[in-house]
Parts: sequence; structure tokens; C-alpha cells
Amino acid sequence: MSGDRTDRILGVDQLTMRFGGIVAVNELSFDAGRRRITALIGPNGAGKTTVFNCITGFYKPTSGTIRLTHGAAEIALERLNDFRIAKQAKVARTFQNIRLFPGMTALENLMVAQHNMLMRASGLTLLGLIGAPSYRAAEKRAIDLASFWLRRIGLFERADDAAGNLPYGDQRRLEIARAMCTEPALLCLDEPAAGLNARESAALNELLLSIRAEEGTSILLIEHDMSVVMEISDHVVVMDYGVKIAEGTPQQVRDDPKVIAAYLGADEEEAIAVMESDT
Amino acid sequence: MSGKSAIFDRGKTSFNFAGKCANDRQRMEYFAQQLINGIVLGSIYGLIAIGYTMVYGIVGMINFAHGDIFMIGGFIALISFLILVSFGLTAIPLILLIVLLVSMAITALYGWTVERIAYRPLRHSFRLAPMLSAIGMSFVLSNYSQVAQGARVKPVPPIITGGYELAERNGFAVQVSNVQIIVVLTTVALLLVFTWLVSRTRLGRDMRACEQDQTMAALLGVDVDRTISMTFVIGAALAAVAGMMYLLYYGLVDFYMGFVAGIKAFTAAVLGGIGSLPGAMLGGLAIGLIETMWSAYFSIEYKDVAAFSILIVVLIFLPTGLLGRPEVEKV
Amino acid sequence: MSEPDKPHARRVLHFAFAFKKAALSAFVSLVLFSLMVGIRTEAGPTGQLIYWTRFDELAGLVAATFVGSLVIELVRQWLGPAGTSQLVPASVQNGIAFAGRLLPPALLIFTLLVPVIFYDQRYILDLAILVLTYVMLGWGLNVVVGLAGLLDLGYVAFYAVGAYSYALLATTFDLSFWVCLPLAGLLASLWGVMLGFPVLRLRGDYLAIVTLAFGEIIRLVIINWQSLTGGPNGIPSIPRPTLFGIPLDNSDDGLAARLGIEFSPTHRIVFLFYLILGLALLTNWVTIRLRRLPIGRAWEALREDEVACRALGINTTTTKLTAFATGAMFGGFAGAFFATRQGFISPESFTFQESALVLAIVVLGGMGSQLGVALAALAMIGGFELFRGLEQYRMLVFGLAMVLLMIWRPRGIIGHRAPTVYLKEAHVISSDLVKEGHG
Repeated sequence: MSGDRTDRILGVDQLTMRFGGIVAVNELSFDAGRRRITALIGPNGAGKTTVFNCITGFYKPTSGTIRLTHGAAEIALERLNDFRIAKQAKVARTFQNIRLFPGMTALENLMVAQHNMLMRASGLTLLGLIGAPSYRAAEKRAIDLASFWLRRIGLFERADDAAGNLPYGDQRRLEIARAMCTEPALLCLDEPAAGLNARESAALNELLLSIRAEEGTSILLIEHDMSVVMEISDHVVVMDYGVKIAEGTPQQVRDDPKVIAAYLGADEEEAIAVMESDT
Repeated sequence: MSGKSAIFDRGKTSFNFAGKCANDRQRMEYFAQQLINGIVLGSIYGLIAIGYTMVYGIVGMINFAHGDIFMIGGFIALISFLILVSFGLTAIPLILLIVLLVSMAITALYGWTVERIAYRPLRHSFRLAPMLSAIGMSFVLSNYSQVAQGARVKPVPPIITGGYELAERNGFAVQVSNVQIIVVLTTVALLLVFTWLVSRTRLGRDMRACEQDQTMAALLGVDVDRTISMTFVIGAALAAVAGMMYLLYYGLVDFYMGFVAGIKAFTAAVLGGIGSLPGAMLGGLAIGLIETMWSAYFSIEYKDVAAFSILIVVLIFLPTGLLGRPEVEKV
Repeated sequence: MSEPDKPHARRVLHFAFAFKKAALSAFVSLVLFSLMVGIRTEAGPTGQLIYWTRFDELAGLVAATFVGSLVIELVRQWLGPAGTSQLVPASVQNGIAFAGRLLPPALLIFTLLVPVIFYDQRYILDLAILVLTYVMLGWGLNVVVGLAGLLDLGYVAFYAVGAYSYALLATTFDLSFWVCLPLAGLLASLWGVMLGFPVLRLRGDYLAIVTLAFGEIIRLVIINWQSLTGGPNGIPSIPRPTLFGIPLDNSDDGLAARLGIEFSPTHRIVFLFYLILGLALLTNWVTIRLRRLPIGRAWEALREDEVACRALGINTTTTKLTAFATGAMFGGFAGAFFATRQGFISPESFTFQESALVLAIVVLGGMGSQLGVALAALAMIGGFELFRGLEQYRMLVFGLAMVLLMIWRPRGIIGHRAPTVYLKEAHVISSDLVKEGHG
């Protein structure tokens, strides 16, 4: 376990998820540190995305607890359902297979992310309908925040293009920017580097590091790309067959024989990637 | 168009001699009689529902015109029956067999043509386009038969008469008519043939393959176009049988009957879990029984309201119907 | 077959192939029509069915199929392998997009002037009122289907609720149209929420059948609850609308008498025209405004990806319910107008065909496009009137037109989407990217 309680943002304890007879996640416990980048790795089918879906409320865990610490307050995520996790607990996520709103522009995607703030400002639509100045000011702030993130991911010039028309790498970054527009405390990224080339992957590293440094957002990520995991993670949790088999710094994990065995058993290429990824 | 749903009650009285006295309703015999009537009605719904469910399974669209295909089947059965009788044919079993084959063949061609004209050009289009096209086709078919055969109800004299008395007590008889026996037996026989077709034959395998993944099926040498056409042909043929059974049971057809029957059968398909073949039959029986029982014990006016309300209630608790596969949300 | 990349090769026509195809079509049509057209049945004087043959008509139909099929096949070969998609050249499609910008103001000005231009033509005024009613219904349903992507096959239920609410409130409590109108809208949106609750979890075709069932339930209840609704006989003598209390009749305190002009029944028609125009424009204005507000964006986001919406903290339940309620409210307004215009309502006006017609208007217009919906309503209702001369063939032609229009433009007349907010320049978004929603 890394750090003491005040230092952690997320505490997963004895998390178990069963689908019928299949145990996808079995008594998994780990912590994610505040202002830290925690990586969840493991071979295909290890149950990583299931853990994510439990944390972000898409699945209801069979048993176990998931605690999110906001200052002194603790929120039991396993008791909140779907949208409340993003709205009240401020946990944002991206998806393995990008889920943007393809028919809406990049800017609109980021505006939708600020829905709850804008809904309040629009007086549940009524103030907005009559064009109240307070709503207009809020809308302008929302556009400014969106523009800020579009600049940050280098898509300002394409703000008015449909999200579905953007190149794959841009879509990945836009999805992260959209999650950031909800101003989350914890950002969960499901394989953010999947399908990216080396250059895009490096740019992603930079973006995530700057999010941690400048926004102070804690990040939890699932990743197969070891160059990303090893380079930016502060803490790595390794899963196999639904259980945790190792955790520690990237260095510790890389040298752990159990990890190497798990990857060797699953996929030779990935095992080699783990072993060869220096720095 | 209002109130036409009452056509499903007409003619039934000739087989159901149950007086609706309040004390009759409390009898076991009365319940048994309603059970029989419900199963017969449910069989007809089930036969139509299979067409909906098959098409939905393979192309993922609601074939709104299917109810009208059923209506066309009823008309063709009626016309071929009239011709055979006027030619002097008297052997009822022979007439029925010929009528069955003719109406199945011609109605199947209607199913094929509808798919070819209205659905195939829209196969890979947006989901609502084929649905609207199907609604348009439904208007075309019902209006076509109105124009071709007139708007008035076409009655036929009872073709099959007689029946059996299963039980009798204190002047109340539970009866099953020969028509009811024929309807149920035909349905069961067709279901067996159909199950065999889907599970054991090359065509059935192709159909199941297309249901899973059309692109992959095509890559493996399945003729997707032909398989989909055959799905419509089989669905239409079953609807034709249902049309003929309807004609035999109720003794009438009209150009409008496809709409109500279609909606009920589609409700049955959804209730059972759309895409599931046993589900369609189960849903058909459920709708048939709900309607009959509601009419018998509560009010005949609200039987359709009951059927639709139960559908809504079932879907609230089982969002994919009774036998439908639960939809796993992939995130 | 002709080579696609050699223009001169395109003109090679394969007559033999076309002939074979036409012969096959003719054979199919012979089988199809043999019994249904070749034989005509009718109940004879004694109630016994009789039949007679109509082989002339049958032969005519088969011949027509043969010729038609031959012509279509030759035209298709002549146009090249791209076939029907080339029937609408890109320039025409661009033209439609360009005209789209000029069309709304032109259309609006023309609409405003309709009662002036056609003052003496009662038929045209009536037709215009009918078209505007459907424009309003289309715009109302557009919120549910076009924006939120929830398939609603029972929209007519809210139209009925609005109409009956007005009729009952006005005849029972003697309330004026202007009091009843908001009440009718409110009641309809209440029913919208009631429908919304059970269907929240449902997707796709399950949603479709439940909304359809809901529409049928409402209609059946109206038919059977005779003590309240008058059953199949409907509600007669519904009060006509007044101009804020001033009736539009030839009484002493009527509008004509007060203004000192000669009474004419056209006054009321013109008034009704501007009333429905005002209601429709209100619907349009509110919808356009809502699209640019967070709620409207959430509707569209819901259509695009519901899972992503939840991950962003959007309450999809209330978002769906507001869409249903808003759409239903506009339907209720239209219903109240319908009742006051007709002066008589019965369940026959609220059948599934109406729902299908309104849905067709929305889909044909291009889901989500306000202009497209207006044009589609004009085309469908106007076109339907054009075929009035065809009498019994009217629905046949109408149904065929629906099929052909869907094949021609599956994404509707105006398929692209305009963004609701932009930084530099609003680019229209191609319909290929815009999702249809799961409902």
C-alpha cells in the first residue's frame, strides 16, 4: 500500500465482481495516490476494465468497497450509481474504444462535458431560454474553458470540426480533454495510448504529466503500452486472472518474476516489452 | 380505423356456447373453455410473430408490413377456396391442402417482393429508413387489397364444422371444435418443421450465421442476399398459414385485419423476446390467453388495453422480453 | 457489364439482359396479381360470396410491370453502375444545401402572406392550416426523435391528450381557449413523463413497440370510456377560439361588428391560420433555443452516445424525460388547436397512421433539421392533397411515395447537422457522422 490515508485519493478494498459463475475480479485491493499517476496493468482478460467499470459505476461490484477521499470526506463509490459518480464524486473516465459524440463538433463535445455547471447556470433551462445575462456569462466561461483545453491538446484550430472527422490520435486526446472539462478529482483512462504511434504516444505522456502537475488531478490508467506505463507512472498495480499479483514502482514491478511469468504465460511479445522497457 | 379490433371477436360465438352468466364464470369448465379459445388465438398470433422475430433477428428491423402479408395470405386463401369450390371440388381435406399450398406459395412471393423492393436497397442504411419504408409498404399492401378486392368484409360459410364435447356438467359443456383442433395441430406441425429447418438444414445454418455477423458469413461463402430473402419467404409463408387459419376460424377476412393482427403479433414477439423463436410462440400464446381471459372475466372492450399494458409491465421488469437475451452493456 | 471508368463504354446497353430481367419481373407480377387482381370477390345479394374474373386488368398490370422493368433496367445501364445514386448529382445536392440558407426567410415571408394572397380561396387556406398543424407536430416530435434519438411511434397519443383536454375543459368548465391551451400542453407533457418512466431502460425496438402500445392504449381508452369521452361518437360542439374574448362570429359583440366591418366566415379561417402559425413558430423558436442550451446539447449527446453521457455526469433519466415532456407538450398544443379548429373530435383522428405520418415527416425532413421537417410536412400533406383526385388509390400512392423517398434519401431532405456553438465558423456536419440514437 502506498502512502498513508490522507495521501490517497482512491482506496479499493476487497473488490470482487462476478458475472454468473465467472469471477472477473477477486478480492482486489489497492490505493491510488493523490496527485499521482497509478497504472493498472496485466495481460488481456486480467479484469482491468472490469475494475474500471466498478470504479466508474457502470458495474455494481459483487462485494468490496471503493472509497474516494475528498479532503476529509470519504465517498463510497460502490453505492453511487452511474452518472452520480461523475457528477458528485468527480470521477471522470475515457473509454478503450473512444466514445466521443461523433456528430458534434470538438467544441460541442467539451460543452456537453460542462453540462451540470451549465444546467445550474441556466436555472434548469428557464433562465437560459429567456437569455438571462448570468447564463450568458456562464456559457462564455464554459467556452473559455473548452478553448483552453482545445489549445492544450493542440486542437484549437479544429474546434468547429465534427469529432468523428478528427484523426484517431486527436480523438483520443479530445476524449481526455472532454473528461478534464468535468473538472475531475480523479481521471480514469482506459488504454489512452492504444492505437497511437510513437510520436503521439510521447505527446500523450507529456499531456498526462502536465495534467498531474498543473491541474493537480490524480490519474488512474489502464495501459498496454509499456513505454507509457514505465515512463509516467508513479505506482503500478499488476493484475492477472482477476487478482493482484504485484505492485510497486515501475522499477520494482518490472523486475518482479511473477509479473514476467504472467506476461510470458499470456503473450510473449508483451512479456518482452515489459522486460525491455528501460527507463 | 377505430373499433375495428373487434373483428377478432366475431364468429367466435359459433364455437363458444358459454353463456356469460356471472355464476358461469366461476366454474372450472368456463375457465377450461377460455383456455382452449386462448390457445387457438395464441397459435395464430404465434405464427405471425415468428415472421417478425425471424426478420428482426436477421436484419434487425421491424417489418411493419408483415401484418399485411398475413392479411394477403387470408385473402389468397379465400379466393383460392372460392375457385376450388366453384370448380366442383368437394373433398374438404383436398381443398384445404391445395388452399394451404397455394396461399403459402403466393404469399411467400409477396414477402420476397416486399423485401426486394422496399428493404434491400436500404439494408446498410440508417436504422429508421427501412422502418419507415416498411410502414409505407404496409400502407401499400392494405390499400392494394382494398382497391383490388373492395373494402367490405368478406364472409365465408363455416368450412369445417363439428367438434367434440370434452366435459359437461350442469348444462355447461367444454367444447373443442374441429377448426380449433386443426389450427393447433397445424401450428404444432409447422413449428416442428420450422425448428428442424432452422437447426438442421444448411439454410438454417446460413440464417443463424447471418444473424451473428453478415460480413463474416459472406466471407465464409454464405449467400447473404439469398438467405435474407429466404427468411422473408419463410416468414411470409407462415403468415399465410396464419391467414388461412384465421379465415377458417373466424370465417371472414377484410383488408384492414393486418394492422391489428400485426400489432398484436409484434407485441407477442417483443413480449417473448424479439429474435427468439420459442419466445415468439410463447409470446403469441401469452397474448392470446391474456386477451381471451380478459374478455371472459373482465371486459371485452379493454382486452387490447390489457394486452398492451401487460406488455409494458413485462418490459419494465424484463427489458428484453421473456426469453430474450439480456443485453450486456459493453463499455 | 459496362466498364465504370470508360465513359463511352457506359452507353453499351445490354438489351438481352434487360429483357430477361423484365420477363422475370413480369412473371413475378403475374403470380402476385393472379388471384388478388385477376379474381374479384364480393358478398352477393344473399350474403354468399361470389366472384368474377378480371383478366384484362391482370394482363394490363403484367404488361406494365414488363415495360416498367425494361425501362428502369435500361436507364440504370445507361447511367452506369453507380445507378440510382447518380440520379441526384452532387451539384443538385449542393444546390439544396445553398438554397437551405435562403429558404427559411423566404418561406416564412410567403407563409405570412398566404391569407393575403389566397384570401378568397378557402380550400387553400384550409390546406395551409392543415400543413402548419403537421409542421408543428413534426417539430414537436423532432425533439424526441431527431434530437434525443428516442423512437416514438405513439406520438399521436399526446395530440389526442391535448385535443381531449381542451375539448373537455372547454365544454365542461366553460374555460376559454387561451386558458385551456397551456393546460392542454401541461397535461400532455405529464402524459409524456408517464410514458417516459417505464421506457427509460428500454432500447431500440422495445422502445418503439412500447410507445406504439401506449398510443393504442390511449386511443382504446378514449373509445371505451364513453361517459367521459363520448366514445366513438366523439365530442361535438367544441367552442371556437376567440380573439382574447372577442368571438369571431356574426353576433353583435363579434369582431366584425366591433370593427364595423362586414362579417365573413373567412375571418375565422384567417385567424386560425395565424394562430397555428404562431404556435408552430413558438415551437420552432423554443426548439432552436433549447438546442443551444445545455439541455438541448444533452439531448443530442444522448442520441450520439448514452454511455459517454453517463460518464460525464449527465442524468440520462431526467434528460430523456424532459425530451418526452417537451415533445409531448408541443403535441398537446397542436391537439388543442386541432380541437378548436374542427369543433368536433373523435378517436378516428388519432390512429397509428397519424403517428406514422408525423414520424415519416420527421425522418423524411432529416432528423433534427427544423427546415427539413417543414419542407417534408409541406411535401407529404400537400402531395397527399394533390392525389385527392386518385381517391381510393391515394393511400397506395402515398405508401409507395414513402418507400421511394426513403430509398432516395434515407437520411432525409436535409441530412446534415448544424452545430449549436462555434468558435470561428459553423461547419455543417455530414449526416454520415451523426448518430440516430438507440431508441
